[in-house]
Amino acid sequence: MKKVFSRPQSLKQTPFHYCPGCGHSIIHRLVTELIDEMDLRGKAICVPPAGCAVLAYNYFDIDVCESAHGRGCAIATGIKRALPDRFVFTYQGDGDMAAIGTAETIHAANRGERITSIFVNNAVYGMTGGQMAPTTMIGQKTTTSPFGRRSVVEGYPLKITELVAQLDGAAYVVRTSLATPAKVIATKKALRKAFEVQLEGLGYSLVEVLSPCPTNWKVSPVEALRYLEERMEKEYPPGVLKDVTKAAQKKEG
Amino acid sequence: MMKGTEAIGEGAVQAGCRCYFGYPITPQNEIPEYMSRRMEEVGGVFLQGESEIASINMVLGAAAAGMRAMTSSSSPGISLKQEGLSFLASLELPAVVVNINRGGPGLGNIAPSQGDYYQATRGGGHGDYRMPVYAPATVQELYDITMEAFDVADLYRTPVMILGDGMMGQIVEPVVMHERKKIDLPPKDYILDGAQGRPSRIIKSLILDVKLMEEHNWKLKRKYDLMRKDLPRHDEFMTEDAKMVIVAYGTAARIAKGAVKRVRSEGLQVGLLRPVTLWPFPEDALRNLSKRVKLILVFEMSTGQMIDDVKLAVGGRIPCEFYGRPGGVVASPQEIARIIERHWLQREIS
Repeated sequence: MKKVFSRPQSLKQTPFHYCPGCGHSIIHRLVTELIDEMDLRGKAICVPPAGCAVLAYNYFDIDVCESAHGRGCAIATGIKRALPDRFVFTYQGDGDMAAIGTAETIHAANRGERITSIFVNNAVYGMTGGQMAPTTMIGQKTTTSPFGRRSVVEGYPLKITELVAQLDGAAYVVRTSLATPAKVIATKKALRKAFEVQLEGLGYSLVEVLSPCPTNWKVSPVEALRYLEERMEKEYPPGVLKDVTKAAQKKEG
Repeated sequence: MMKGTEAIGEGAVQAGCRCYFGYPITPQNEIPEYMSRRMEEVGGVFLQGESEIASINMVLGAAAAGMRAMTSSSSPGISLKQEGLSFLASLELPAVVVNINRGGPGLGNIAPSQGDYYQATRGGGHGDYRMPVYAPATVQELYDITMEAFDVADLYRTPVMILGDGMMGQIVEPVVMHERKKIDLPPKDYILDGAQGRPSRIIKSLILDVKLMEEHNWKLKRKYDLMRKDLPRHDEFMTEDAKMVIVAYGTAARIAKGAVKRVRSEGLQVGLLRPVTLWPFPEDALRNLSKRVKLILVFEMSTGQMIDDVKLAVGGRIPCEFYGRPGGVVASPQEIARIIERHWLQREIS
């Protein structure tokens, strides 16, 4: 009988510690499937965040270097500059990527570092217990915005992916969602493209994945997916924000 | 002839440093400027980071990838690098960090100062860690110690700091360039270069299990104990017959040496002990000295920081006096000579 489904080789046999309905386990699976399919295990180095995915090394069976909160893109820069022929990616949350690590993100992207960032946006600080994130939406209640985020007090949600797309060093910038199985497959496609862009040395690639956090949103996993589609996708519309490969194809065409 | 900052840069290149990451700050800008040219020549990596924090983390990444990497900065910049130093210490990654100490606290000024002694020797970052700190006092020593620092960093898998000041950075002196004798270093079996034909590796400092975290702390402590045994270094000048000894490091030691020569010509039996390593501190040398001299005078370009370590080593056996010029003021040898004479007379040492 032909085996049609199995655990990716690059995914360890460890049960996930993530909460039920959390998006990290899905993204972990997609990433490790791609590492297997693209034969990257021997050259891949991952820099996970401080946040829920800090324990990514318990699951990714590849080389992993821890990062202080927000410093992922700087550490990945150091690794990639030292070993330019390796495949280097950061895996970061919204606080890591768009609050404490904003400078590291923007400047790595602007330098066109040949790295890939997987940016998991769930609009809250998950690991610390659901505090307001830079991507928390107006009106969204968190433990540190108990009255709902108010623009006059807490400011507006930060769209760092749109910011990065403006930068000359960014080669491929895309936002996807985990709201439906079809969107999960589209996320994998976007990740594959981002990995290819790095391997071709075209510049910085960023995949923002809108991801559910039922625990801190205080809803069921099923309701979380609905919230993801109806609320988060409105604030953060999925789609390709920048793709230099397309521009190149147009020129050639 | 070489400028201090260039000696640091060239020493690093000769030691095999092939990754430099830094952020501009006075008075050490000649180091990144020098490295931006030299790294290109030797096929290394030079990158001006967007911040001090990014730069130390780029160093961390390059060290994790197995490279000899360094960064340099000055006091306010070194404050920002403390997070990275704490991580490097816990992750046990080798790196060389240069601090060209300026006047402070705050923005302070760009004049030579020794106000960062506590920060350098007490672990300015969070957590229970230590870091070797060298305080060179000549351009030759800047060159030699920079080369050595990379070996020490690899040998103990630790960040190493070279602590200078604006004076040490700007001074021009003859340097004999030489290759450093190769020493046996442990294999770099921890580096991340892709799990090709080997199990995957993890470099991490998050240890949630308190028992395991305690174990990690004790493991680091055992490493620091080895450093305490092997690394302390100092230099003595005219201490053989001395009844009074000045303790000073770096630029302050150069000034103190001039003062010692001056009072010697007047017949005062005064010597100089210069710690070359500030951590580990040359405790034994001071302890031994305190058994045969009557008075110690600590001279620092601060309000008094190293004096704590001197007192700990001396253990109350003899009096320890202090003279300091903080804020970037550089005392003259005459000024220090007058202070020496005053103490000599007050204590009726002769």
